[in-house]
Order: sequence, then structure tokens, then C-alpha cells
Amino acid sequence: MNEATLQKLKTLAESAKYDVSCASSGTTRANKTGGIGSAAGLGICHSFTEDGRCISLFKIMLTNHCIYDCAYCVNRRSNDIPRTTLTVDELVTLTIEFYRRNYIEGLFLSSGVIRNPDYTMEQMVKVIKELRTVHRFNGYIHAKSIPGASQELVREAGLYADRLSVNIEIPTEQNLKLLAPEKDHQSVYLPMSYIHQGMLENKDERKKFRHAPRFVPAGQSTQMIIGATPETDQQILTLSSSLYQQPSMKRVYYSGYIPVNRSDERLPALVTPPLVRENRLYQADWLMRFYYFTASEITDKGQNNLDLEIDPKLAWALRHPEMFPVDVNKADYEMILRVPGIGVKSAQMIISSRRYGKLGFWQLKKIGVVLKRAQYFITCSELPAQTIQEIKPENLRLQLTEKKKSNPNQLTLNFSA
Amino acid sequence: MNIFLYDASFEGFLTVVFESYRLKIVPDTIVEEAEVLPLFSDNVLHISADEQKAQRVWKGLKKKLSPAACSMISVVFLADDPSIPMLLFRYIRKAIDAPKSIETNFGDSDVLEAAKWYKKVGREAERVRQFVRFQKTEDDIFFAPVAPLHNVLPLAVEHFADRFSDQKWLVYDTRRKYGFFYDLQTTVEVTFDHLQINPRIGKINPDMMAEDESLFQQMWKAYFKSMTIKERINPKLHRQNMPRRFWRYLTEKH
Repeated sequence: MNEATLQKLKTLAESAKYDVSCASSGTTRANKTGGIGSAAGLGICHSFTEDGRCISLFKIMLTNHCIYDCAYCVNRRSNDIPRTTLTVDELVTLTIEFYRRNYIEGLFLSSGVIRNPDYTMEQMVKVIKELRTVHRFNGYIHAKSIPGASQELVREAGLYADRLSVNIEIPTEQNLKLLAPEKDHQSVYLPMSYIHQGMLENKDERKKFRHAPRFVPAGQSTQMIIGATPETDQQILTLSSSLYQQPSMKRVYYSGYIPVNRSDERLPALVTPPLVRENRLYQADWLMRFYYFTASEITDKGQNNLDLEIDPKLAWALRHPEMFPVDVNKADYEMILRVPGIGVKSAQMIISSRRYGKLGFWQLKKIGVVLKRAQYFITCSELPAQTIQEIKPENLRLQLTEKKKSNPNQLTLNFSA
Repeated sequence: MNIFLYDASFEGFLTVVFESYRLKIVPDTIVEEAEVLPLFSDNVLHISADEQKAQRVWKGLKKKLSPAACSMISVVFLADDPSIPMLLFRYIRKAIDAPKSIETNFGDSDVLEAAKWYKKVGREAERVRQFVRFQKTEDDIFFAPVAPLHNVLPLAVEHFADRFSDQKWLVYDTRRKYGFFYDLQTTVEVTFDHLQINPRIGKINPDMMAEDESLFQQMWKAYFKSMTIKERINPKLHRQNMPRRFWRYLTEKH
């Protein structure tokens, strides 16, 4: 550990930062005597960078040397950037020392591909194996599975890691081949299925032997770049929803394309990353995972792309005025969840509180319902306000997207006269 | 106006509840002994904490409420706000008097208010777990100062004891002037008259630091800086996720 390591750390952190995933949840591992660390059921974010993203795991690359030349990646072969490699020892010491100071929740190890996929994967497995077996580290470990690595290596990595992930990067294969000629979807889906198979077999095994070692207890995740290629939101969401069909797939991340390689003609010339679109996609993702929406509902009635002005739930409600208003004192949970302005927590509180008596606007507001939006879609124990039925969806849309006006009581001075 | 004075301990508070039922006097306000009394305090009762009385109230509550609601009461009590004792008093009264459990009736303002405080205190405890930064001293003790809004250290200590069971550590609340020390066996409460740290940023004196401590701090700072994606800078979100009041003791923020 010295100045040289510090320089390496800076370089490799720069290379690793574009990976979105930082979850440290979904696994429980109590600390054992003599070991260090534990993985609580819920993840903990230990810091936040100035772009507002959390730092939960020590996100780092083993090396940023790479044999591939993917157009969307900072670490592609043809880029002129400083290249370096951390040794197994350096990585292990950094992880343990950062962990002991409560800087991080665990390690997220990724790597550029050196020599061949198997060799790279071997090096990564060495790091996480040493952490778990030599240092008895019980913190969270997320490792990238290198596309093209053999099933045996993925299996071994899965014994030490809490989560493995393979990034899809580009939603359709034809565009992936355009930007990354050396890759295809096969190289992504194959390791995904290795992980999935491993988890299923492990589940069976643990039914027979309760103490059989666990295999990626926190499942797998993946990531897609948004806005580098012309896929529509509908295509993206349909792909995500089919990925979520696999029980091992815990999260799909969306990463607004940041023009890291400006000179490439195959990529759009964006000034700023499509952050709003990324946000809308995450909202849609949440609707699929926690609000019982399907991908086809979110983009129904010919909506190929999500509305950037309003969130996907409000957009759905405006397209379906026939479902509203909903009586919060009678409707079932799934329907209350569909009301814009009511989230999972409020919906659960409504369900449990209405057993004691009817709820009115005042109580809903106290519970945390955003009445600004919800009032047009609900009825409660009080006199109904104007709902979507009276106002009509197109007017309501205007009303809700209207920018805040200045105070109408404030007189303006006209200097032009 | 009936004013109950108590010693600010949880036991003392439960004794207040006991005495109120025994004397059939409903307090208008419950105040810590050190606080200034409100005007027109005509009927002031000094309640001294009594373990047996407190136990009786606690046992009675356990019969009326679920374990989750009981632990909620003890957590909300840690909140630093003068309204808390009265809020919990009303909550307990409602719980005892109601024929069936009130704990999920969020239409009731006290139940909802208690639930909100529970969330607030829980969130502050989570933030302590998130934002504690240990510094290694030359005698291998990992030290971290904190200054949370509420008295949440007791809620976070177990987490550190589990996680860092093979290192000595000390977490110290500089606002309430007490902390917890773990000596590889047990966790004990400690207080210091004088703490040898930089009061502004909580750094221990450089000559007391372990040899490699400043290098790792430097590395963490460099790493933190490198992780930022400049195209996505969002100071508002940054402050929302990591409130400014915690920056004081954060290694990466100096």
C-alpha cells in the first residue's frame, strides 16, 4: 500500500464508475466468530457521490485493460487512457481496510477482459475466494460474470459471491452487434443461464442438506444502456419484464447513455445524458415489480415511448378514466395502488386503518397520500371533489403539468408603458 | 395545570404513567427535571423512577400491544423532542383503555404521530449506521464521533458489535457526551471529560493515528472523488441522500 496503489485506485475507479448497480441487499449472512463483517438483509448506502448516486459497495475493476472494442465503453481497446491492474493482494487489503472503517458494505468486482474470458474470470475468482476463505470476510460481494467464461468458473464464483451479474448493455442483438462487433446476445444469455441453473440446483440441494453452501443468495442483475441505440421504451420494458420472469433476476438497471467516446459515428451526439427518460424507465420498472402492472399496460394504446412530462402511473390513469374514481374505503389493494399519488406504504396504511372507521381527506393527507394528484382519482367519506370524470383527462393533464404560477395577489408593475 | 416532572429515563417515564393512573390525575404536560417549567404551573408532581412500578406498566402494555408496538414505544422515546413524553402518554392511555388493539389505526392522530416519530428515529439510526467513519488509533481502536439528531446510538450499537466483532471500536455521541466501547468481548457505555479530537471535523490528533490511517483516508477520499460522473452532477439529490449535518464527521467531505 503506497502512493502507486493510490494512483491505480483512482484510474480503476474512473473506469468502474459507469456501472450502475450498487445494491447490497437480498442476502443475510451473520458474522461468525473470528470473521469480519456481516450482510444485513437490507443494504446500507455508506456514502453518496455528488451526482447523488450511492456508494454502498467498493466498486472497482481488477484491470481496465481490455481486448474488446465496444463503442459505448470507456475502457475499449482503441481508447487512449491510462491502463493499470490491481494485484489480488492490493484488492483484498483495500476491501478489508475500507470495510473496517465503515466506508463500504462490500466489494463489487468487475474487470476488463485480458487474454481471454476464462483467464480474467480466474483472476476475479482468486480475489473473492481469498476474501472469503483466508480473511473470513462476511460482507457483501457482487462480481461480474465475464461473458464467455466457462460454466465451471461461474459455478466457483457463485460459491463466494452474493450476487453475480452479466450486463446486456444494448437491448436488441442487432444493435449490440453494430456497437460491439465481438459480442452477441448468446454471450450474455449463456452465463445468465449458468447462474440461473446454479441457483435452481442449489435450491434443491439445500432442501436435502440444510448446510449445503449457498450459491449467489442475492441472485443476479443486469444493466442496459438507454439512448445509445434507437430502441423504444416498449421494447426495453418488454425485455425487462421477460427477464423478471426468471426468479433469479432481481434487478434490471437502466443507465442513461453518457457520451464517453465522442468521436464514434455509430453513437448519437448527445449533449446531456437522457436522465429524465432513465428516471421514467425506473418508475415503470417499479410499477412492474411492486404495483402489479404489466409491461403491456404501461405502454398500452400505442404508447411506444414513455411520457417524459408525467410519470407512467399518472399517464396510465389518464388513458384509463373509466377505472376511476376509486373509493378508498372499499376498493381492494391492487386498485388503490393504481391511484396516482398513492404509493405502497400509503396503500397498506389505508387498508389497515379503514377497518377502524371511514377515512376522509384529512386522514389521507396525514397518512402521506399526495392529494395534489390523488384527489382527482378517489372518493372517500367526504363530499367528492371534482374527479377525472368531471374534469376530463386532457384538461386534468394540463392542470397537473402546469408550471407553478407566481402569486396571483401580487400586483405586477408594467414598465413598458 | 398538572405537570409531572421526571428524570428523563424510560423507567421514569413509565413511572409517570403508573402514578397518573394511581392518583387519577391526567398530566397536561410531562417535563424533564432539568427543563424550565411553564408559566402557571400550579400542580407540580415530582416523580422519581421506580423499577417495580415501571415494570408493572410495561407488563400491562405487553398484554395490550404486540411486541412490535412495544418496541416502537421504546424507540420513539429516544427521539429528542419535548412533545414525545405527552405523545407516548396519550398513546399508552388509548392502548390501555381501548377494547381492542389500536396500533394499526392510523386514522387516529396520536397513533399516526407515533408511527411518524418511529420512522424518524429509525431513519436517524440508519444514518448513523451509514455515515459512521472509523479512524484507527495507534493502539488499534477504531474510533468514530457522531452527532445524531435523536439519541439513537443504543439502536445502532448492536449492528456494529455484530459486524466488527474482531476489532476494538468506540462510537461516541459528541452531542450527548457519551458513547459505546467494544473491547472484543462486550460493549460498555463510556463518557469522557475531554476528548482529544479536532472538535470541528472530529479527526483524532495525527500523532495518535495508526501508521497507515492517513493513507487509507487519502485513498477513500480519492476513490470518492473519482466515482462522481461529472455529466450527472446533482447537488440537491446529493444533499437529500447525505444531509449536510453529517458532513462534519465524514472523511470524504474534508
